[in-house]
Amino acid sequence: MNLKHLFVAILLTVVLPSYLLRAQDDSTTTLDAAYTRPFITNIGSSSTAIGGYLEGNTNYFAEDGISEGLSMELRRFNVFLFSTIGQRIRFLAELEFEHGTEEIALETAQLDLEIDPALVLRGGIVLVPIGANNVNHDSPRWEFIERPLVATEIIPSTLSEIGFGLNGNLAFDRWVLAYDAYLLNGLQNDVILNSEGRTWLQAGKSEELLAEDNNGEPAFSAKLALRQRDYGEVGLSFYRGVYNSFEREGEAIDDARSLSIFAIDVATEIEKARIHAEFAFNAIDIPANLDELYGDAQWGGYVEVTYPILESPLFGFENASLLAGLRLERIDYNVGSFAATGRNRGDEIDALAFSLSFRPSADAVIRANYSHHWITDLLGNPSIKRAGFQFGFASYF
Amino acid sequence: MNSDNSTGSADNYPFQQYCPARRRPVTINFLCLLLLIVPILLLPSCDSILPSAPASEDVLAEPVEDLSPEQLALHISGDIEFARVFGAADGLGPVFVAASCESCHVGDGKGHPLTTLTRFGRLADGVWDPMPDFGGPQLQQRAIDGFAPEMIPAHATGVTRLMPPAVTGLGYLELVPDETLLALADPDDADGDGISGVAQYVDPPDYFQPQPGSIPIDGRYIGRFGKKAGAIDLLQQVVNAYKNDMGITSDFEIDDLFNPQAGGNTVDEVADPEVPASTVHSVVFYIRTLKVPPRRDADNPEVLAGEEVFKRINCSGCHTPVLQTGPSDIEALANVEIYPFTDLLLHDMGAELNDAYIDVGEEPGEWRTPPLWGLGLAADSQGGRMFLMHDGRAATLTEAILLHGGEAAASRAAFQALSASEQNQLLRFLESL
Ligand code: HEC
Ligand code: HEC
Repeated sequence: MNLKHLFVAILLTVVLPSYLLRAQDDSTTTLDAAYTRPFITNIGSSSTAIGGYLEGNTNYFAEDGISEGLSMELRRFNVFLFSTIGQRIRFLAELEFEHGTEEIALETAQLDLEIDPALVLRGGIVLVPIGANNVNHDSPRWEFIERPLVATEIIPSTLSEIGFGLNGNLAFDRWVLAYDAYLLNGLQNDVILNSEGRTWLQAGKSEELLAEDNNGEPAFSAKLALRQRDYGEVGLSFYRGVYNSFEREGEAIDDARSLSIFAIDVATEIEKARIHAEFAFNAIDIPANLDELYGDAQWGGYVEVTYPILESPLFGFENASLLAGLRLERIDYNVGSFAATGRNRGDEIDALAFSLSFRPSADAVIRANYSHHWITDLLGNPSIKRAGFQFGFASYF
Repeated sequence: MNSDNSTGSADNYPFQQYCPARRRPVTINFLCLLLLIVPILLLPSCDSILPSAPASEDVLAEPVEDLSPEQLALHISGDIEFARVFGAADGLGPVFVAASCESCHVGDGKGHPLTTLTRFGRLADGVWDPMPDFGGPQLQQRAIDGFAPEMIPAHATGVTRLMPPAVTGLGYLELVPDETLLALADPDDADGDGISGVAQYVDPPDYFQPQPGSIPIDGRYIGRFGKKAGAIDLLQQVVNAYKNDMGITSDFEIDDLFNPQAGGNTVDEVADPEVPASTVHSVVFYIRTLKVPPRRDADNPEVLAGEEVFKRINCSGCHTPVLQTGPSDIEALANVEIYPFTDLLLHDMGAELNDAYIDVGEEPGEWRTPPLWGLGLAADSQGGRMFLMHDGRAATLTEAILLHGGEAAASRAAFQALSASEQNQLLRFLESL
């Protein structure tokens, strides 16, 4: 099954009718098509909004005494486009410029057709609902400049893929139950045998991820999130797909190998302390001959607490706040022990980070971070220490 | 908590649902104090806020001093290539053992059972066959997607496993004149000490350039690298490593490796050469210009006493303490005294270490004396314990010594006859190397 075709089918059944409805009692010909597009004909009724965010940082890191010096970066410039096409059809796109114009990605381009708040059909380039950080990752929302390791190294954030599926919210009393379920193209070959020399899901995000599947087997991802308005939210999510090109020109050249991700995320607030935690577990089919060198199981997790030390008008900003935060993390790229020695396979990172951030308003943040990583190699040799300071800003616009 | 209906999804961008304004009194309570105090408590326990470099005497991976800026730049390029991990898309394989030089020679140190090399062959009617039709002599037990790895053929008669050695100080060993090695050799044991070192003579590859002062015999040159001294110089060693350990073709070895057991010329699809000659040369230069392994506690009286014991029981009969380098195009390496504790010669080490495997034409029980410098740092690259001797079977220095047989049997017996405190001194000395 080719998901690209399904995406096109959705566009045809959802977008085109809305265009046609508008065009009915119209005197223009197809030659005017460029200027009869709804975004122009609707000027004034403000159906479209443009937004985005900007993030810039200064970094100073040292690893075992070797400093990389001071570096400044415009890490992200993301532009959002939101449009309502008719009553219950919404379109949302996000274009990301990372590190200047080094990486440009269409991170989201999704069309929602709301049948009911409890049943929304969605198709396009969607953020895969695995863990919480993958979908909720806009930098101005966080007190830490770096995303948690579990969300980049174990869950390959930002993971957005071509797909389609359903989502919805069911609210009763003080509870909200939300679900998301999609069919997707799925991660691709370089999950193993990549230039990292380890099992690394990030490497499975090839350019073609947004074009064509490498194996014709769709991946599946789903999430259930339960929110109690007084206590917080818990999410359970899952992803599974075949990652290797096991067929070529219709001939089987290999076994189909799949990978699965299970994640649990928690967000809550206790005594004004905001707590976020996320844990993810990967299981990857690896050819027997690559066992141990490439991990077939990985996990990672983090817990983060941020606390508003000060919430009052400050420097003329009405809703200013000052927050302090602490984050603890651990990831293991290669779970298990060596058959030859019985000792633990390393390839692990432990990390600790602190933050101090100033928010002139809820949508903008200026933050200072310190982080310390203890990196242990696969063989379990004495760990490498990497630490540094970061200073940066991020703001919605 | 906000009381909106949304969960942590991408839908609630502020331009859609603006966050309610917050204004609260200034509060500082227990949790907030904790957030400030925990950092302060944790920090001093780390070695420092920004991690400092480990002491030079505790690391192998450093360049020799006194390199010119151009040389240092080339050294660093080679370092990056040495660490480069090859993926399938970069030409790794199709069959291979590991994906980077660094993964076997971690931090330029010794390796681990995960990355040992396996070699095999067959002795039939007194003729050694390295079994090229079955992928011999070296096994590539791993393969990229869609390819079958090699297996040891059932009719192989000899199989050996080789623990990756450290690669530091080798630029100096390359410069020890042939003349010196031949003077140390004693093929017929003329001095009657039971030790009869022989030089390994190897057919050079076609890209080989002899060094001034080489002493070839019938077009064959003295090998000095590898556990059986099968490589004449570092270029040959590195070209072979790219090809046979990683399945990476170079300008020197343009034909890709494949698994003959899978049949046909089943190579990978990446265009050859997968690395250019310049990359190979930079890696060779990197290895040539790695410093000699550093010593620790060299002046400790116990260590000094151990050094005396080492000489007295004739460990130094093979592990030659002092050698002198010859001339070199790298000033820093030329004409210096080094302390590698090797004679670079082959010795029969007895039945226990005989894997019935022949690399070049030596007796199967013969091994090149390994340098002992860097021994004290072995565990830092081997995963916190040691894997000594050619296949890593010895977990401790004592185990390694007790495995010495053949020409080294007398030294082993002398070691066993030492008092506990002398044995201890000897071990302290070895750890200081
Ligand atoms: C799969 C593990 C592995 C890989 C990958 C590997 N090596 Fe080695 N290396 C070894 C082993 C094992 C030996 C001993 C070989 C022998 O005895 O012939 C060795 C020997 C050497 C030596 C000679 C050391 C001595 O003391 O004689 C050098 C130099 C060297 N390797 C460099 C490299 C370089 C450069 C690369 C990458 C291009 C590389 N190796 C890749 C395992 C590896
Ligand atoms: C006849 C020559 C000879 C003598 C004498 C000798 N050795 Fe060795 N030694 C070797 C060889 C050859 C090896 C490598 C054997 C192998 O790899 O299987 C070796 C290996 C070692 C190793 C392990 C090195 C490593 O990197 O794995 C140690 C330690 C060692 N010798 C110490 C000693 C001590 C101490 C003595 C004196 C008691 C001694 N040797 C005497 C030839 C000798």
